[in-house]
Amino acid sequence: MKTEALYFAVRNTKLLVGAGIILVLLGIGVIGPFFIDKPPTEYVGMQMQPPGGEYWLGTNTFGQDLWAQFVHGLRTTFLVGALGGGIAAVIGMVVGFLAGYKGGWIDEILNMLTNIVLVLPTLAVLFILNAYIGVRSAGMQALFIGLTQWPWAARSIRAQTFSLRGRDFVDLARLSGVGSGRIIMREIAPNMSSYLLLTFILLFGGSILIASSLDFIGLGPTDAVSLGLMLQQAHQWSAMHLGLWWWFVPPGAGITLIVGALYVANVGLDEVFNPKLREL
Amino acid sequence: MTLEVDDLRVYYRTLKGDVQALDGVSFGLRDGEILGLAGESGCGKTTLGKALIRLDGRMKHVGGSVTLDGQVLPIGDDVKMNPYRFKQVSLIPQYSMSAMNPTRKIGRMVRELLESRREKLDLDELHSRLDLVELPRHVLGKYPIELSGGMKQRMVMVISTLLNPSLLIADEITSALDVSTQKAVVTTLKGFRDRGFVKSMIFITHDISLTNQLADTIMVMYAGKLAEKAPASTVVNAPKHPYTQLLISSLPEVGVRYADKRLTGIPGNPPSLLKPEPGCRFRDRCPLAFEKCAEDPPPVEVEKDHVVACWKAA
Amino acid sequence: MRRYFGRKLLIYGLTFFMAVTVNWLVPRLMPGDPVASMLARARVAQPEAQEALRVYYNNLFGFDLPWWQQYLNSWGSLFRGDFGISLWAFPTPVADLLTRAVPYSLALLIPSILLSWVVGNRLGALAARRKVLDNTVLPVSYVLTATPYLWLAALMAWGFGVVWGIFPVAGGYSFSMTPSLTWAFLVDLFWHWLLPFASLFLVALGGWAIGMRNVIIYELESDYANYMSALGAPQKLIRRYAFRNAVLPQITGLALQLGVLVAGALVTEIVFSYPGLGSLILAAIQNKDFFLLQGAFLFIVLGVLIANFIIDVVYVIVDPRTRVGMAGAAA
Ligand SMILES: Nc1ncnc2c1ncn2[C@@H]1O[C@H](COP(=O)(O)OP(=O)(O)O)[C@@H](O)[C@H]1O
Ligand code: SF4
Ligand SMILES: [Mg+2]
Repeated sequence: MKTEALYFAVRNTKLLVGAGIILVLLGIGVIGPFFIDKPPTEYVGMQMQPPGGEYWLGTNTFGQDLWAQFVHGLRTTFLVGALGGGIAAVIGMVVGFLAGYKGGWIDEILNMLTNIVLVLPTLAVLFILNAYIGVRSAGMQALFIGLTQWPWAARSIRAQTFSLRGRDFVDLARLSGVGSGRIIMREIAPNMSSYLLLTFILLFGGSILIASSLDFIGLGPTDAVSLGLMLQQAHQWSAMHLGLWWWFVPPGAGITLIVGALYVANVGLDEVFNPKLREL
Repeated sequence: MTLEVDDLRVYYRTLKGDVQALDGVSFGLRDGEILGLAGESGCGKTTLGKALIRLDGRMKHVGGSVTLDGQVLPIGDDVKMNPYRFKQVSLIPQYSMSAMNPTRKIGRMVRELLESRREKLDLDELHSRLDLVELPRHVLGKYPIELSGGMKQRMVMVISTLLNPSLLIADEITSALDVSTQKAVVTTLKGFRDRGFVKSMIFITHDISLTNQLADTIMVMYAGKLAEKAPASTVVNAPKHPYTQLLISSLPEVGVRYADKRLTGIPGNPPSLLKPEPGCRFRDRCPLAFEKCAEDPPPVEVEKDHVVACWKAA
Repeated sequence: MRRYFGRKLLIYGLTFFMAVTVNWLVPRLMPGDPVASMLARARVAQPEAQEALRVYYNNLFGFDLPWWQQYLNSWGSLFRGDFGISLWAFPTPVADLLTRAVPYSLALLIPSILLSWVVGNRLGALAARRKVLDNTVLPVSYVLTATPYLWLAALMAWGFGVVWGIFPVAGGYSFSMTPSLTWAFLVDLFWHWLLPFASLFLVALGGWAIGMRNVIIYELESDYANYMSALGAPQKLIRRYAFRNAVLPQITGLALQLGVLVAGALVTEIVFSYPGLGSLILAAIQNKDFFLLQGAFLFIVLGVLIANFIIDVVYVIVDPRTRVGMAGAAA
């Protein structure tokens, strides 16, 4: 099974292209900052320089180096995506496993909770929370995003758990007196590990998009630079009207590339794990 | 002869190579004949059934021919095959429970299906057939989800035979049913034949004792090849192929079916059909195997209407 | 069917209740005197208004009353449509600001949601049919759905507005115009509306196309499709059935996507300085006008709940199974 998945993984163009893009951008975000000696918000001098040899992505109206901002922004964006997606995936798993495996009134209550959080418009909840609580580190932003993004994951994990619960090997474990927690960790979760991975990837991408919206309406982290914040500043300081396209095109393209690559890799992975899709 | 199948070969394309699921099968079917097709799971019964009406995307027609009512069926060509489907060859699928579009009322679905084949819906005929299978006429105004499992199955049987096909293929349609419902289905199918709704029928099951209640002739397959074909009573009482003999003797008593004692009583497993070795495919499990079995045993008509593919039986 | 609606309404009711409660609770959880601290942080336009606001809000919050009475009072004022007075736009009531902005937001949201859904579904169904289309529609759809709403909006504003100068890039109508029912004004209105609408429409389109393509492929492999093929039904009929059935999960998907679509509209409005709720929220955040923010929050929640309910009704009309009471749409 494992080797078979690997066999198809290295032959799946979608997965390879998607993962390739993500790895390159992640590499820039992780290693890049070590090659930039000045902080990304420092005024390096020349203002409104178009992209060129010295400042690869040019400078903005304040004379800040946009390449430095982009590189640091990538890092923050990946961090918020992974953390927000991770938190959402964990909550979704806990809720989904419990509801699906325990059933009964636990299921009823968790299901009700899931549905309530599901219909709440995420961004509206986030701007209330962010505006009042006002802690604006990237980690905090990710936490809030995670807290609002889990419901659909919980719902689909619940459905999968529910169908696994009736299988022989789960019955067998239950009959031999294994506790619920262990059954979930040992029998159920491993059986849907590929599905959980796919869910995480989608949550990852979704969190990045939400973070960019939050950044843009002025509720982004105050102690970091992110791609969304670059867009926010570009808009706030009229980059569009001044024709400084290098201020707002690269960060948006970065976000689109990351999220698009995540989605495409997700489709590829789905084909790798799912023999039925493979043959298409 | 209604149907003549000659040296039919249908393989599955897979990444590892071709699965030779149907490898040179020949047989015929007379007017009014019901053929029971039996054999262990995986021996190619479904493949044969599909080959006669609709190959799925992974199947390819490698060789051989199918002639129905004197016409050669273009089984390898999905589009050219369309005019024959429903009118000449029809199918009762394994999945009767989900065979009808869930969001159409049944009557409307039937009408649209017929119109799409440029056939007029004969409502009186449809009603009389519903009466025959004891379905109330108002089921036509209902959605599939409003019918019970048994009702859905009978509805699908009526739909599939509505245009009086020459050949009807019924693939494992009784597997999920309890014994009394199985009997009812068998009786209904016999009734369809006796009334001329269908000219001939291939009834596929892995349960040989059930086949015996319905079929005139039984054909036993093994690993993609024909093992034995003979009148039902001969297969049950005087089988010649070692595989059939083991099958029959593993039944506690013909006509009685015990849930856990179907066709599982023979030790060993069928060979892989990916790259089967030459020779008799049964020889790993055959108690009578000898040197000659390293060559392929050809099907031989040992007596009238009794075909066996085994060196020992010839 | 009654059970189905009963359950839905219960969820919506609870959601609204929770939203109102959180809205009431959050300012009270802030340390110190919330009114004083909010007024201190806010950028109130007229300094002389400070005192009036302080009196007004102390009164509104009613801190001298027991907490449950404060809570009930807040529901009371909610039902009277009283959301307080804006700090930023003193002395305009929050409710007035919101009701003025809502039509602009709806004018963007409703057409872009409906049109993107319809066109996206068609595109997805076409893609599922032809390899050539699949290889073009699908990649484009993935790019669109991965694009942040605000970025596409910014690109379009820059391209069509600044570089080519075809469209205006800010406002709901030209500064020189006064709202009136004249052709000139309506044309101007439409001209300002077009770009934000188009960018919303495009991003949403991708998601629907991908969704429809996947569902329809699934439907085309379903048992009923196989049975129809075995009976020689033409592809046309089978596709018609598959499309019809694939629309059902897409309706559910619409309900699930509402939050994302609203969020997209809010940021798109901000890019185009379009006078809807999004721009209002931006102003509220920049000026720390918490009352305006809270009012906008409740408006959006209420709007999304109503939209959800409408979608539920549509679903029941479209899926016969919910009507015959044998099965429900996913809760
Ligand atoms: N889609 C497929 N791809 C590859 N091999 C298949 C496929 N479907 C069936 N087979 C193989 O073909 C053989 C015959 O299958 P089938 O006709 O379904 O058997 P039966 O109906 O008698 O149980 C089996 O060995 C099975 O493994
Ligand atoms: S041919 Fe040989 S191996 Fe095959 S069934 Fe006959 S005796 Fe057995
Ligand atoms: Mg079969």
